[in-house]
Amino acid sequence: MIDHVPVLLIVLPIVAGALPLLAGLVSDRAGWPIAVLAMVGQTGLAGWLGYAVATEGTISYEVGGFAAPFGIELVADGLSAAVAALIAVVALGVLGYVRTAGPREDSFFSLYLLLVAGLTGMTVTGDVFNLYVFLEITGLAAYALVASGRRASAAVAALKYLIVGTVGASLYLLGVGYLLAATGTLNMADLAAKLPEVGYDSTLVLTAFALIVGGLAVKVALFPVHTWQPGAYATAPDSVSALISALVSTVAAYALARILFSVFTVEFLRAVPVAQTALTVVAAVSVVAGSVLAVSQTDVQRMLAYSSVSQFGLVVAGFAVATPAAVVGALVHLVGHAVMKGGLFAATGVVRRRTGATTIRGYDGLSARAPVAAGSFAVLALAMVGVPPAVGFVGKWYIVLGAIRGGAWGLVVVLLASTLLTLAYFARMVERMYFTAPPDPADEEDTAALADGGDPTDAPVSPGMVAVVVAAALVAVALGPTVPIIEGAIDATIQTLLQ
Amino acid sequence: MIDLLLTRYNYVAVVLLLGIGIYMLVDNRNLVKKVIGMNVFQTAIFLFFITTAYVEGGSPAIVGYGGDGPFVSPLPHVLILTAIVVGVSLTAVALALVVRIYSEYGTLDEEVLRQLYD
Repeated sequence: MIDHVPVLLIVLPIVAGALPLLAGLVSDRAGWPIAVLAMVGQTGLAGWLGYAVATEGTISYEVGGFAAPFGIELVADGLSAAVAALIAVVALGVLGYVRTAGPREDSFFSLYLLLVAGLTGMTVTGDVFNLYVFLEITGLAAYALVASGRRASAAVAALKYLIVGTVGASLYLLGVGYLLAATGTLNMADLAAKLPEVGYDSTLVLTAFALIVGGLAVKVALFPVHTWQPGAYATAPDSVSALISALVSTVAAYALARILFSVFTVEFLRAVPVAQTALTVVAAVSVVAGSVLAVSQTDVQRMLAYSSVSQFGLVVAGFAVATPAAVVGALVHLVGHAVMKGGLFAATGVVRRRTGATTIRGYDGLSARAPVAAGSFAVLALAMVGVPPAVGFVGKWYIVLGAIRGGAWGLVVVLLASTLLTLAYFARMVERMYFTAPPDPADEEDTAALADGGDPTDAPVSPGMVAVVVAAALVAVALGPTVPIIEGAIDATIQTLLQ
Repeated sequence: MIDLLLTRYNYVAVVLLLGIGIYMLVDNRNLVKKVIGMNVFQTAIFLFFITTAYVEGGSPAIVGYGGDGPFVSPLPHVLILTAIVVGVSLTAVALALVVRIYSEYGTLDEEVLRQLYD
């Protein structure tokens, strides 16, 4: 039975995704309960898979009974089980937010479940072309979700996201074509075995690496191919911003790690130092440019979006260094960032509904007007900066440790500077929320913010929404001290990946 | 060089289509034409896959038709069939968004939209 869990993790949300549309024929309130049931089931399955992987080791499944490398193989190791569990838990949590925050159409919940199916598929697949298909399923669902709100500007942002995202996915597909031409196989494990035979310095392999990494960089939203991301995050409905900021780029970064370590392997990075250097430079530039752009924003959600560009720079830097500590740090920061950024976007939604504030100036004196949301925002912001014992600190600590051990001193400087840069935009927010007087109600900035906030029917804030925000803040702090335990659990996987 | 162009003209077409697609997608102000550019870009990749599958003098990999080889690789054809389906779905979503944008703003000009947007 446990052998079938990897495929059930994909089948469950896809099948459940069809139900809200069918149920929509009789009732327009059925979408949410169906999604909750499916996500509870998904969380259970992901937990079971995690337990099985931790006790029994890697689980693989041959789709349709065709043996790998000819058939499609699904592989669950410690890494993919952890990301699958993250997807299930975050998607379940955000549903608590969606109930009041909307959108409530049945089609929204179908897309929601389709997104979960795509993300989980990317996580457990062991086949590079299958990864492309799930990448596009994720993309399609994400484009439609961004446009699912009432704001017309969201459609423009979604179309931009679609066009840029499709170019990214197409570049990835082209890279897969080069790999297929070089080796004649699509299975990740088989590719890892056959690439050395072709030769790591062959033009085909190098071009494939550049195209695949470039394509995934678009999906991760690294500078300078991040342009789709701020508009998409800032114009999407708040629940969608929380979901996709937490998961979509995260799983793309996971896919990048999977390609780096399971297909090209560390041997490739050692044999072709220029590939490693290029990746490190892109990551470092992303860290700095993302932070600088974040500091210069006036809209809180845009600031958070640019912050993601910077934080994913950190994660990719950890992967590029490719020492055990750096990879563990990158994974911890990947999971931690998902919780923190999802929580921050959820908090901005609560604040907008409570006070109408969407701009950084609008957050003046927020602690008096929305104390719980302001408190959670502050905790999450400080966790992101890297104040111990929160998870943001642990992730960055491991990445820096790994970079020092790997001898990447230039990167160490960038990583330490990035903490200061993160502080530059988040400390300003905390200062404004707690130590600045609330704006005069007649102040034009605040009324402008109200007008921008738009829809009065969106106004109610449910306890569930606040609970999601507070829970994210608590998890962000509580995850930090548990990292050594998690590290022990995925240690075997990391060793295998970095062989 | 001329020899290369004459024997590898499919790959030349791939490069040209990739370039034309990206150029339309980046430079054209009309959103529908951007979507067309995206399609041209993807078509170039489809052509690339199909070209890599070709074997000089190869027969189709169908039992009872090809004799005993060499065979044309059937795998890229199957992959591209999937990729075409993905491409059609993407185009459908893109055009749905274009319809929504036009009904909201009454224009498909990116520059005009950018001014309305900010």
